[in-house]
Amino acid sequence: MQASDRFNINSQLEHLQAKYVGTGHADLSRFEWAVNIQRDCYASYVGHYPILGYFAIAENESIGRERYNFMQKMLLPCGLPPEREDD
Amino acid sequence: MDAEIAKTQEERRRMEQQLASLTSVTFDTDLYGGNDRDAYVTSIPVNEDEENLDAMDNEVARKLASYTAPKSLLKEMPRGGAEDDNEDALGFKKPQRIIDREDDYRKRRLNRVISPERHDAFAAGEKTPDPSVRTYADVMREEALKREKEETLKRIAKKKEEEEAAAKAGSVDKGTEDKGPKRRNRWDQSQDEGAAAAKKAKSTSDWDLPEDATPGRWDATPTPGRLGDATPSASVGRRNRWDETPTPGRLADATPAGAVTPGATPSGMTWDATPKVSGLATPTPKRQRSRWDETPATMGSATPMAGATPAAAAFTPGITPVGGVELATPTPGAINLRGAITPEQYNLLRWEKDIEERNRPLTDEELDAMFPQEGYKILEPPASYVPIRTPARKLLATPTPLGTPLYSIPEENRGQQFDVPKEAPGGLPFMKPEDYQYFGALLNEDDEEELSPEEQKERKIMKLLLKVKNGTPPQRKTALRQLTDKAREFGAGPLFNRILPLLMQPTLEDQERHLLVKVIDRVLYKLDELVRPYVHKILVVIEPLLIDEDYYARVEGREIISNLSKAAGLATMIAAMRPDIDNIDEYVRNTTARAFSVVASALGIPALLPFLKAVCQSKKSWQARHTGIKIVQQIAILIGCAVLPHLRSLVEIIEHGLLDENQKVRTITALSLAALAEAAAPYGIESFDSVLKPLWKGIRSHRGKVLAAFLKAIGFIIPLMDALYASYYTKEVMVILIREFQSPDEEMKKIVLKVVKQCVSTEGVEADYIRNDILPEFFRNFWVRRMALDRRNYRQLVDTTVEIANKVGVADIVGRIVEDLKDESEPYRRMVMETIEKVVANLGASDIDARLEELLIDGILYAFQEQTSDDANVMLNGFGAVVNSLGQRVKPYLPQICGTIKWRLNNKSAKVRQQAADLISRIAVVMKQCQEEQLMGHLGVVLYEYLGEEYPEVLGSILGALKAIVNVIGMTKMTPPIKDLLPRLTPILKNRHEKVQENCIDLVGRIADRGAEFVPAREWMRICFELLEMLKAHKKGIRRATVNTFGYIAKAIGPQDVLATLLNNLKVQERQNRVCTTVAIAIVAETCSPFTVLPALMNEYRVPELNVQNGVLKSLSFLFEYIGEMGKDYIYAVTPLLEDALMDRDLVHRQTAASAVKHMALGVAGLGCEDALVHLLNYVWPNIFETSPHVINAVMEAIEGMRVALGAAVVLNYCLQGLFHPARKVREVYWKIYNSLYIGSQDALVAAYPVLEDEHNNIYSRPELMMFV
Repeated sequence: MQASDRFNINSQLEHLQAKYVGTGHADLSRFEWAVNIQRDCYASYVGHYPILGYFAIAENESIGRERYNFMQKMLLPCGLPPEREDD
Repeated sequence: MDAEIAKTQEERRRMEQQLASLTSVTFDTDLYGGNDRDAYVTSIPVNEDEENLDAMDNEVARKLASYTAPKSLLKEMPRGGAEDDNEDALGFKKPQRIIDREDDYRKRRLNRVISPERHDAFAAGEKTPDPSVRTYADVMREEALKREKEETLKRIAKKKEEEEAAAKAGSVDKGTEDKGPKRRNRWDQSQDEGAAAAKKAKSTSDWDLPEDATPGRWDATPTPGRLGDATPSASVGRRNRWDETPTPGRLADATPAGAVTPGATPSGMTWDATPKVSGLATPTPKRQRSRWDETPATMGSATPMAGATPAAAAFTPGITPVGGVELATPTPGAINLRGAITPEQYNLLRWEKDIEERNRPLTDEELDAMFPQEGYKILEPPASYVPIRTPARKLLATPTPLGTPLYSIPEENRGQQFDVPKEAPGGLPFMKPEDYQYFGALLNEDDEEELSPEEQKERKIMKLLLKVKNGTPPQRKTALRQLTDKAREFGAGPLFNRILPLLMQPTLEDQERHLLVKVIDRVLYKLDELVRPYVHKILVVIEPLLIDEDYYARVEGREIISNLSKAAGLATMIAAMRPDIDNIDEYVRNTTARAFSVVASALGIPALLPFLKAVCQSKKSWQARHTGIKIVQQIAILIGCAVLPHLRSLVEIIEHGLLDENQKVRTITALSLAALAEAAAPYGIESFDSVLKPLWKGIRSHRGKVLAAFLKAIGFIIPLMDALYASYYTKEVMVILIREFQSPDEEMKKIVLKVVKQCVSTEGVEADYIRNDILPEFFRNFWVRRMALDRRNYRQLVDTTVEIANKVGVADIVGRIVEDLKDESEPYRRMVMETIEKVVANLGASDIDARLEELLIDGILYAFQEQTSDDANVMLNGFGAVVNSLGQRVKPYLPQICGTIKWRLNNKSAKVRQQAADLISRIAVVMKQCQEEQLMGHLGVVLYEYLGEEYPEVLGSILGALKAIVNVIGMTKMTPPIKDLLPRLTPILKNRHEKVQENCIDLVGRIADRGAEFVPAREWMRICFELLEMLKAHKKGIRRATVNTFGYIAKAIGPQDVLATLLNNLKVQERQNRVCTTVAIAIVAETCSPFTVLPALMNEYRVPELNVQNGVLKSLSFLFEYIGEMGKDYIYAVTPLLEDALMDRDLVHRQTAASAVKHMALGVAGLGCEDALVHLLNYVWPNIFETSPHVINAVMEAIEGMRVALGAAVVLNYCLQGLFHPARKVREVYWKIYNSLYIGSQDALVAAYPVLEDEHNNIYSRPELMMFV
């Protein structure tokens, strides 16, 4: 850890990760990052009503259905994690 | 986010408009009200630590960093301030020992014995408990036994007393015969009397105030058998000699091993009856010591230390072994010491050890070396010889040299220890001598392998505890963690057997106790239900924390007990504490009651109610009832208004106590009711219905303390009532109150005053009633000089009188006491003045008629003039309050007042002059109201003449008075004219006294703001130079005022000259000065628009000097911070300069430039300067790999600023290149940037994330974003 990190939130990476789930670190894999991205995106779609409405029109679904779908997709947005090579 | 930016921009725009109109009068709202300077950095750092320069850049700092001392030493550096203590004056503060600040009552914690663990019914299930285990029944039986014994002892003592009295009566008749007993009687008698007196004094001062941490002395049970029970002085005298029989379990009674039992023969008693016994005043009273104990002859193996009782103590059967007894101690002297050793004894011990070491017997080797080899024979000692081991004897024996030995060079003995404590093996921390008895085993260097697993575990625990107790912070931390993690593995028994005795150590310090308590807390959490058998043990050591005078100790104690009750459960807690509820020792009962209240708050009151009910109705002992009711009181105090849901049941539980046969129970019941009513206020009167009758009846039948308690309860209940009832009940109680007005008892006085206040403030009590029925008696009894002498009485009386005044009006009260302003006692006058001040400030002066007004002014003038000491400014405040509330009505008296002031300004005493000047600033506004401008002008001239004042405090007040006058009458009408006044102030600016500085700069700032045109520009320039110095002031207010004054001056005389001065100042060596200058430049730029300053400033950057360039950059940074949005017009102008700075080799250049970029970016966000910002970002970005903390912080903040100004997407694109860089160091930095980006604008990133390719069975694409309607 660098000396400068003593003063900011990065000093407690664990704490940071606990508070902001989407934050990353140097050992983050492509898959983990992608999962974070996907979840953030779904959260954002669900959070912005107009964009939810837009998707609803595009897919010809109800807004509630769209919301439900997005929430469901947040569970495993990128499928199962790939086998770790190093273990 | 956008809304926020818009809001700030809106604010900025408003400010800009204000500033843009240079002609308008914008006065300093910071000083004179308003808040348009909120955007300023209000504090200019004066210390290095707030600085943004990297410590490592500084050569000296880098070198110094290698010479370092332990932090603990550095922190303990001498602190200023003269303490009377010699050691403190040297600056070395000894760590605070808990025992040193404990009073005798609190020290009684050391009398308690850590009880052996008890049976855990839950763990055992259906099994019959092992006979060796102590069950609840056992404990109860023991307690009963103890109580019975105590009763018996008490009866014996009583009988003895009666006999003595009879004997005395007899001896008077008989005349002189029977000398021995008579003498004894005299001693005893005098002691008893003294003790009784002491006791009396004590009990009056230490009345029970339930909110007080100190437990009341008045419910102390005087059980004569027990030493610890009574007050210390009393205990010595009161102790009955008959107790000296060695009863098992009572250490104090232990007799010297070889001695005949004293008390068996009457002559034995005379030993102790000598006043010598008073030497007992050692902190632990149980260590009985008399000269007879020290005789070496009778005690075969007596240890040489004082207080040789330990040998006896060890023989005394029935004492529960406290930790450490069986430990082998390495110090020769400390062999049999039990847990409680006084600090004095330690010192003695150390000293003894030293002497012993020097006078130790010669060994055979030494003798061999001394004597010639031939001609000597070693004889066998005679069979009857017993070596003398007492140093006293040895010292007496004159050493007879058998012949002068020739000198030989002494051989060096490398193994000798020179009294240095043995180094603890294995990196253990230093061990204090006191610790040996607990941790001594660690010093035996046994082979770990040979120990049994149990012993190994013990050793491990000891090591960890020692590290926690004495280790360095990192050691402590790891040890604490290990103890926590392995708590279940170690087991509750071994852990608590080690920890708890440590907490009973008499030499424990605050810090150590805190750490050990922390250990218990952590361990408790892990052990959970395993603690059950140890609950009582833990309570014994934790309960004393509940009455500690240190707030944090009390909180810690509560936390532990609350966790303990959650871990062990209600049933176990009750089982553990029940026997203590009717313990004979009041101390134990008191702490137990407090502990129970914590349990109640942890587990909920309802859970405890049935138990409480049973306890409060105990038929067996009044102590149980007393404690039960006290628990209710403590619950009310502890949880406050949360008692409301259970109020009725709590009141029902204790109500019968009001009619109890025991006086103490009645008293505590009333006090509990008071606590409940106080906690419940203003609700819950219906719950008290049932106690109203007994309370009101009680006040008619009781006297003394019980009555006081009843009155207290009534005082708290009346405010809860409806107006109608309150009025009725107040009238009922008032008769008694008025009767008690005359009580000579101080406590009763305080309570009566309080109750009167509570009654009077209640709605239903009418003014007429108070006026006619209460006031005459009230004033006759309470408004007497004596009341002013005691601080608590004083406060209470003032409060009560103010409360009465709120009901009956100003005129009544002031009219009654106004004459007393001329009383001859000064404290009394002060009390009168304070009351008048409060009353008048509350209610105004409109009620005061002309006659009273005259008396009042006359009185305050007299009191003001006659004051000799007034540290709290009571007279001054009173004067100010009265004059201000009278307003224009003061006009006729103003000449007189001003005459007094003028006269007193000329007084010899500095204090008097200061008060006079302060008074002017208080009444200036009123003088203006009375149109006495001429008078004020006159005063101004007088004050002006006194500007040569030597005492800084007085000078400060004079300046303050001048400021008040200038504020009120304005610049034009001021006399002396401003043009004369200001030049006189310039030299005063040099004064380093804070009060002078503050008042002076305020005055100068005021003039610069309002009347700059009256003073020539050259004078203002001169002031500018002085002001630079003041930017270093310690007080924030002064620095702020100085900075503002710079702005005014620059506005008044144009920025050019001021700027030239300031830029020159950048060249000076002193850092602090430069920093202040940069701030001043930024202020000037802000007040006079940036375009007046920027050209000169940027030109200055060309000076090839590090300090100047950094100063310029720093000014730019402040400047852009202050001008905010205005920066959009200047950003292109300064970009080349910033480019250069961001590429400079010097770290500080880049750091300061980065912070300038940050402020710039934040200021112009959303104003269309993206092109310049992206350009600057390109220069900032390469700095992300800097390691110096200040630089990297500035760079990261600049990037954050860019995020706001350019949007998260732009910065993300910069970021993406490094997130998966092959080099870990690079990745780390980039992820850090990514994280702060993510935290800052998570949502904005969604649209900007890169498109990821799908991989075999993982889908990374985001098809939703491709949708198109």
